[in-house]
Amino acid sequence: MTGTTAKVDVTCTVNGERRTLTVHPMARLLDVLREQLRLTGTKEGCGEGECGACSVLLDGALVNSCLVPVLQVAGAEIKTIEGVTDGAELHAVQQAFIETGGAQCGICTPGMVLAAVCLLEQNPAPTDADIRNGLAGNLCRCTGYMKIFDAVVRACQRAGSAR
Amino acid sequence: MQTNIVGQSVPRKEGRAKVTGAARYVDDLHMDGMLYGATVRSPQPRGRISAIKFDPAIAWDEFIVVTARDIPGENAVALILLDQPYLAAEFVNHREEAILLLAHEDKYLLERARRAVTIEIEPLPPVFTLAESLAQKEIIWGEDNVFKSYLVDKGNVDEVWAQAAFIVEGEYETGAQEQLYIEPNGVIATANADEGVTVWGSMQCPYYVHKALLKLFALPEDKIRVIQTETGGGFGGKEEYPSMIAGHAALLSLKAGGRPVKIIYDRAEDMAATTKRHPSRTRHKTAVAPDGKLLGMEIDFVVDGGAYATLSSVVLSRGTIHAAGPYYCPHVRINARAVATNTPPHGAFRGFGAPQSIFALERHLDKVAQVVGLSPAELRRRNFIREGETTATGQVIREPVDMAGLLARAFALTDYEAKRARFARENEGRSLQRGIGFASFMHGAGFTGSGEVYLQSIVGAEADETGRVRILAASTEIGQGTNTIFAQIAADALKIDFALIEVAQPDTRSVPNSGPTVASRTCMVVGKLVESAVLGLRQTLQRGGLLTESYTSDDWRAACRAHVAQHGALRSFSRYTPPPGIKWDEGKYQGDAYGAYAWAVYVAEVTVDTLTYEVRVDDFVAVQEVGKVVHPVLAAGQIEGGVAQAIGFTLYEQVVWDEGRMRNNQMTNYIIPTAADIPPIRVFFEEQPYAYGPGGAKGIGELPMDGGAPAILNAIEHATGVAFNHVPLMPEALMASLSK
Repeated sequence: MTGTTAKVDVTCTVNGERRTLTVHPMARLLDVLREQLRLTGTKEGCGEGECGACSVLLDGALVNSCLVPVLQVAGAEIKTIEGVTDGAELHAVQQAFIETGGAQCGICTPGMVLAAVCLLEQNPAPTDADIRNGLAGNLCRCTGYMKIFDAVVRACQRAGSAR
Repeated sequence: MQTNIVGQSVPRKEGRAKVTGAARYVDDLHMDGMLYGATVRSPQPRGRISAIKFDPAIAWDEFIVVTARDIPGENAVALILLDQPYLAAEFVNHREEAILLLAHEDKYLLERARRAVTIEIEPLPPVFTLAESLAQKEIIWGEDNVFKSYLVDKGNVDEVWAQAAFIVEGEYETGAQEQLYIEPNGVIATANADEGVTVWGSMQCPYYVHKALLKLFALPEDKIRVIQTETGGGFGGKEEYPSMIAGHAALLSLKAGGRPVKIIYDRAEDMAATTKRHPSRTRHKTAVAPDGKLLGMEIDFVVDGGAYATLSSVVLSRGTIHAAGPYYCPHVRINARAVATNTPPHGAFRGFGAPQSIFALERHLDKVAQVVGLSPAELRRRNFIREGETTATGQVIREPVDMAGLLARAFALTDYEAKRARFARENEGRSLQRGIGFASFMHGAGFTGSGEVYLQSIVGAEADETGRVRILAASTEIGQGTNTIFAQIAADALKIDFALIEVAQPDTRSVPNSGPTVASRTCMVVGKLVESAVLGLRQTLQRGGLLTESYTSDDWRAACRAHVAQHGALRSFSRYTPPPGIKWDEGKYQGDAYGAYAWAVYVAEVTVDTLTYEVRVDDFVAVQEVGKVVHPVLAAGQIEGGVAQAIGFTLYEQVVWDEGRMRNNQMTNYIIPTAADIPPIRVFFEEQPYAYGPGGAKGIGELPMDGGAPAILNAIEHATGVAFNHVPLMPEALMASLSK
């Protein structure tokens, strides 16, 4: 979106930090994150909401940021992959992805990690079917998903033993 | 002292960067003054360009515009032949062929401008299918539409038909398949007269891009620099195409006075314009003795190469050599051709011709078994190749091979025999019909024939004063684990800490040409060079008296420090030499086609819903022998990912052609398996160390693409009693047959 529409100010919280962004109202959240905020961990795979590489958490819900006009995030809380890590400390899901081989080329990984984080927040003890359905909006072409399922199971087990 | 890190599942070297989103892919890079580039493409499949019109509503003087006339060197993508232009000048030979390039700093204005260019074409009659091309409906390439043909002739197949107890014929087809890496093709380039050309991009083969740009810009080698950025999947789709897009971005940059130009394809452009798996048609005629022994095989194998030669000759070669499978047969004739059509060139995709010809053979052998009256398993057991026997190209198998053992293990893991009987019994009268089937196959590792000798791959290693060892190779990490296995191989060879090994980012200015990242060659061939290069470092230290016969990582560090202080940089390079006894006759297509083969038996269990015509794969077991497994998690990841792609190839992934253009060039309607679709993929390795691989390893990457399609269709035939002989097998085809 450019030229013809006037820019507006949109205030939201990104990875815990309050931001006021001057943007074209219909700009894709994906582009604002990547180009304006340089949060390039969010990837574009298809631009039409099929692949999930651009997944972010919007008020705790998993969304495809390529389908979200930025005006829609006014007042919302956004978490990107950069906000999943707590300082230098990896999230249990990220650690499990490294251990089980859940990341290969890595391009779907940020979205896949967010999908898994979202799933476990909503359902700390998912069944195999829950895991499959929870991740079904995120395409991976490298792994055949087996090692990603392993990662989610391992992250659950860790969380379970920590409680 | 750390030993035997080969065989352990250490964490992936760049794993942390990937799970935190810190890894930088080409579209994540930004350079000052950067422009965006776009491509204006042919709307017609074949014709003469009569006019290029620019809508006067656009301020064209704000745009960089490049046509074929702006090319400083040769207008051809240098690969095997020089037949494919970077930009069509006079004629177009496929839809989506690049004709004109645009650049601007605002990508939205750029897209508006791209749509404001009209290409007018006087059409010429096109050819869209393999059959039309073979029939020479029009001559669209060379004298006969044939890019390449091979004849493999072992024994004399003409003499066997008279003595055969059974003669079985069949015809098999496979469709195009999109690689669908999740990161689309993309590059950034700078080009100016003084400094030459620099490219950063998503790619498998930096030196392929380097070679192509040398010709395009007519510059000396040191004026072209190609750097691979983190690459979001390739599967062959980033083998040859990056040479095209890199050239385009560099041409734009040259005209823009050296400003960096970024071209990132969106998904629709990537799917419509870039390469796919070659569609194929295979005909089999097989002579069989009364006891089920194969007497003779006559195989006619044809692949559709699209509009330009690109890699079709080598895809055809691999498909040809694998066409007779892991069986001993005294008389084999394989006629193979790659032909031209007016579609975008088909290209490299994991398996590289082998999945096509193996699909045909493994479907056909189930038919042969039925005719002969043996079970599919028994027919294969009677014909599996054994050590000392010869393949179709007359290669004597010199390694221990135990296909029957792999089959037995796969059957035990799946309870195959019991299920085969039980499903057949239980399916009667049910709408959900279950089946189980398998395929047995092999896959050669490394370049075919003399390919590795011609490549002359080189790997370097350098150690600094802290004892850190950097591996210098052009082999790319594209998700498969190159960085990690090279570091394992090096650490194991030197018996030093894994953490001391780094793998340099592939950059043609600083790494030697270790060959392309293709053909299941990275571990077996390049990994072996990594091993010998680092051993060269040790030899230097030991000869200089700085390192004793046995040593610790600390001793190693001290020796490196001393060496660097006394003599400066410590470096070692290793160049490929073929294993002893490898002979290949390119003219007769006879001899040792590959240094080593991986062997496998894959079993698929399916449910066919005879009301909805959906097929579900319920279980998939992959048993293979790939030599020593360097990294069990990465190796299993290769197999699982390849099997998932094979399931897609078989049941979901249909390229719909509309006059030579992919119509469903979206993820919305080109369907790949999701987490909800995929069956449990169970992976098992037999390890038979290969004497000439690093730590005993062979190749692995392509193998898992080969067996899925025939195993699944064999299972569907078991479930339904209907022999389907083409993939993708869509519900419409099932409905057409099953509702009769």
